[in-house]
Amino acid sequence: MYAQLVETEKAGGTPEEQAFQKRIDDGIKIEPKDWMPEGYRKTLVRQIGQHAHSEVVGQLPEGNWITRAPTLERKAILLAKVQDEAGHGLYLYCAAETLGVSRDEMTEQLLAGKSKYSSIFNYPTLSWADIGAIGWLVDGAAIMNQVQLQRCSYGPYSRAMIRICKEESFHQRQGFDILRVLCQGSDEQKEMAQDAMNRWWWPSLMMFGPSDKDSVHTAQSMRWGIKQATNDDLRQKFVDQTVPQADWLGLKVPDPELKWNEDKGGYDFGEPDWNEFFNVVKGNGPCNKERLEARRKAWDDGAWFRDGLMAHAEKKRAAKVAAE
Amino acid sequence: MSTEWPLWEVFIRGQHGLSHRHVGSLHAPDAEMAIRNARDVYTRRNEGLSIWVVPSVEITASSPEEAGQLFEPSESKIYRHPTFFEIPKEVGAM
Repeated sequence: MYAQLVETEKAGGTPEEQAFQKRIDDGIKIEPKDWMPEGYRKTLVRQIGQHAHSEVVGQLPEGNWITRAPTLERKAILLAKVQDEAGHGLYLYCAAETLGVSRDEMTEQLLAGKSKYSSIFNYPTLSWADIGAIGWLVDGAAIMNQVQLQRCSYGPYSRAMIRICKEESFHQRQGFDILRVLCQGSDEQKEMAQDAMNRWWWPSLMMFGPSDKDSVHTAQSMRWGIKQATNDDLRQKFVDQTVPQADWLGLKVPDPELKWNEDKGGYDFGEPDWNEFFNVVKGNGPCNKERLEARRKAWDDGAWFRDGLMAHAEKKRAAKVAAE
Repeated sequence: MSTEWPLWEVFIRGQHGLSHRHVGSLHAPDAEMAIRNARDVYTRRNEGLSIWVVPSVEITASSPEEAGQLFEPSESKIYRHPTFFEIPKEVGAM
């Protein structure tokens, strides 16, 4: 059905659309001034905007532990990591802006609840080990997803991903290192690490999005070269890569159905709870309200400061013109 | 009042770089803040020695449709490439 759909769509289209599709098929990157179908533009604005929002909202769960990090070294690393995430948000907003939407518009959509961000950031960070689990699992899942986006057909997005992936791998390693130390520590520390694993495993798997059979955007996104792999493929790769790391740490994956499958050369694993997923995406997860409230408060309380800087810049500009 | 901070394009010359390269863009109220933010975002890991910031509205770009007229003429001008001159062996490397 899917292949057939692609075939029939391929045959049609205006000359512009056909030329566009040919560029994609030839692996030529699309740049901001190039013609593109409105659907392509919209999909990218949606996807890059949500990606940017995720970086920004993602600072909250980890930021929650900055003042409570157990050693000065861990605290400095966590601070640097959260700073990186802010930078990633910035790169991504700028990539989206090349498509003709402004950052303030995107921010307003986020604050109004019209634009989404990654479901994972609606889960609370209840212990220090969660910071390790976020780095290792959440950033690990993000990398799995982003590595293929480096080859995305839209040039500015692809280039942002290249920069981001480099830094995400630092983050994943720092998270793993937090858990490594906990797992080699006291019984309480080990237990804390296992508890974090239990709570973050499934939400991390959900980061890849709904199962292929329920994913509305996948077929078109792949045809347009926005996505290079399906949700389920990426999820499988993530599980295959992560389970041996969990084994090394001595952590148990909280999935009774997890089993090595010799024939496919990968793990079989259970289904994430999709009801929970759709609930979280709809705004009913454990921290949705809290996260958006924190962003709204920062935006509203910061308005006088943003305006003040603008007013000051105007004044300086006027003074400079007068002096010339 | 609430006006959006303007967009700036950021160019950085790397440690051993010969020229400034475009690395990205950012929003800032003025050039000074744009430089500071560029320092924080784009040179956090010692990526460069020099930063330029330019308001995005000041940049004019060529359009993809013009690519043909702009760049094709150079394709046939092989005489611009000094690669086919015969230098006698006795003269040595030049």
